[in-house]
Amino acid sequence: MSQSQTSTSAGRRMTMGKALNAGLRRALEADPKVVLAGEDIGKLGGVFRITEGLQKDFGEDRVIDSPLAESGIVGTAVGMAMRGYRPVVEIQFDGFVYPAYNQIVAQVAKMHHRSRGLVPMPMVIRIPFGGGIGAVEHHSESPEAYFAHTAGLKVVSCSNASDAYWMIQQAIALDDPVIFLEPKRRYHEKGEVDEDATPAPLHRARVVREGTEATLLAYGPMVKTCLDAAEAAAEEGRALEVIDLRSVSPLDMQTVATSVQKTGRVVTVHEAPVNLGLGAELAARITEQCFYSLEAPVLRVGGFDTPYPPARLEDHYLPDLDRVLDAVDRSLSY
Amino acid sequence: MSEHSGSSGGELVQLLTPQGERIDHPDFSYSGSDDEIAAHLRDMVLVRRIDAEATALQRQGELGIWTSLLGQEAAQIGAGRALRSQDVVFPSYREHGVAWCRDVDPLRLLGLFRGVDLGGWDPHAAKFFLYAIVIGAQTLHATGYAMGLEKDGEVGNNDPERDAAVISYFGDGATSQGDVNESFVFASSYNAPVVFFCQNNQWAISEPIERQSRIPLYRRADGFGFPGIRVDGNDVLAVKAVTEQALERARSGNGPTLIEAFTYRMGAHTTSDDPTKYRLDDELEQWRGKDPIERVKAYLSRAGAIDQAWLEELQAESDALAVRLREDCLTMPDPDVAASFENVYAEQTPYLAEQQAAYAEYTASFEEGN
Ligand SMILES: Cc1ncc(C[n+]2csc(CCOP(=O)(O)OP(=O)(O)O)c2C)c(N)n1
Repeated sequence: MSQSQTSTSAGRRMTMGKALNAGLRRALEADPKVVLAGEDIGKLGGVFRITEGLQKDFGEDRVIDSPLAESGIVGTAVGMAMRGYRPVVEIQFDGFVYPAYNQIVAQVAKMHHRSRGLVPMPMVIRIPFGGGIGAVEHHSESPEAYFAHTAGLKVVSCSNASDAYWMIQQAIALDDPVIFLEPKRRYHEKGEVDEDATPAPLHRARVVREGTEATLLAYGPMVKTCLDAAEAAAEEGRALEVIDLRSVSPLDMQTVATSVQKTGRVVTVHEAPVNLGLGAELAARITEQCFYSLEAPVLRVGGFDTPYPPARLEDHYLPDLDRVLDAVDRSLSY
Repeated sequence: MSEHSGSSGGELVQLLTPQGERIDHPDFSYSGSDDEIAAHLRDMVLVRRIDAEATALQRQGELGIWTSLLGQEAAQIGAGRALRSQDVVFPSYREHGVAWCRDVDPLRLLGLFRGVDLGGWDPHAAKFFLYAIVIGAQTLHATGYAMGLEKDGEVGNNDPERDAAVISYFGDGATSQGDVNESFVFASSYNAPVVFFCQNNQWAISEPIERQSRIPLYRRADGFGFPGIRVDGNDVLAVKAVTEQALERARSGNGPTLIEAFTYRMGAHTTSDDPTKYRLDDELEQWRGKDPIERVKAYLSRAGAIDQAWLEELQAESDALAVRLREDCLTMPDPDVAASFENVYAEQTPYLAEQQAAYAEYTASFEEGN
């Protein structure tokens, strides 16, 4: 079963991690103004090895091992962007972006607007995010809503190798600042990457599985979970549609609405806590735009409204196939 | 000429050489007996054994990750044994040796890294706050706590039973963080009774100290307006002497000190790390010759304070400790999911109570379905 609309010719099979590495490499080749910065990204190639080999090939001027200071990393990236560079910074783990939060929401996000477009911020902030790897505190968070709530920032998340390869290049080429969320637990999953394909637009959602009875909306790590759920549902004769939103902000409501008008039932799925998460925004917009198509309220599956738990409890916290199907059952019971 | 941040030259306080010779220093001396030094040796050997066992448990899949203190035993035991019972500790995530000095059961540390809890000890009772994984945050907490001590009149009474100080541990990489620099500003501005104890183990994961600082770290204190001092972090006697003096300065109301314990991370950053990717064996070899434990053994043996039988007994004690730790780790109960919903607020909100109930109902329905 093909999960991609874009590629038909056979590409190379690689992990999402390798695809990101290849995409970053291509961006560095394409534009001499692209610079990478972050903790341990040079010699080590990053703790997830996403930037492996890039410093060796592009030099310490373009692939920068930063001092241990996230506000410094993002703040200096602002200055570099003002000087005409296109910084791509890596935050080592989701839970360590907060020291840079001030720079991101108060500076990066607002610069274009307050300078009347004279000072654009073509910056990408890469963040490995989400749980499922048995990590200690602060290494498993899903901070997307904080950023999606902030005007001026774009927020995207890749769910597979091909998207990783293309979306990182599109994000770098964009003149807006992009929070680029990489589902760390999927780094090792392999997919087909066709380096000659024409990618879909960055902010376009994708129907990754067609179905008629309910729509599952997900992004990043939960796309695979939803596809697994849809597969299990199919065995019981239930046809679920799965949409990979890809872009968390802005949302591609057209793709969503088309699906909802067909199925009449929606379940949103993310790892982040439910309270004021992306599911809440989706539910509101779907209610506004598709009210007469809905057969059931939009249901949300997500993390608990608690701090991320210790590793031995994360399987409870993280939505899985069963919790998704449970929500589907509830939706269908209306 | 600026002194290279990574070389130990200049004013390194040392009282025991790597060969185990006691040497004098004009400003610092270690006044304890050989028995006391033997007690430090015992501490260091035991925490190294705990560390080795934890690393083994991680390798066998029993811990998610482990942050080894290998090579930093003297820095932690020297500083930990300089504390008085009323002093308060704000650690990073590698201070297993200081935890030991505070009588925190090493099993609790394993629990954290096993993913059973988020830090299972009572910070107030142990006077040892929870591990801080977000780099540098704890230095501000330490400073604020110290400001509180000062306000409460627990400083400068000339009363050794009462006067208290705070000590905060962090790494060389942490010194780049805004939080750490801000803590220096606050501590200086309010003359807070806090000791900043930086273990410069030369590496922040793959980044050498030169990436964080072009001058020796201890000299940074000068710019903030308080004294900084560099001590041989592999010399337990010097670390204890220097830390005692800094703590006393804080307790007596004379404000903060920055101690740079010059040491080396002998192992990987964590069990997830592969240091062969970024550092040379030569460096490791060189530091092997400065081992914090070997020099104390050499001194005490030569002084006739310990003998082979003593060392064998210590070996047996540390093996027994490791066995106990392993057993307790393997039988540590997994937490109940209810723990997730507890203590999120002083009083659980109705919304969260509903969520917890709904989840309980959901899991129960599963069990019935089976
Ligand atoms: C704010 C923040 N950024 C990044 C990290 C990831 N990280 C964990 S340890 C570490 C290096 C710390 O080096 P150092 O302060 O020298 O202490 P050491 O680990 O060597 O004891 C990094 C970058 C983190 N924990 N917190």
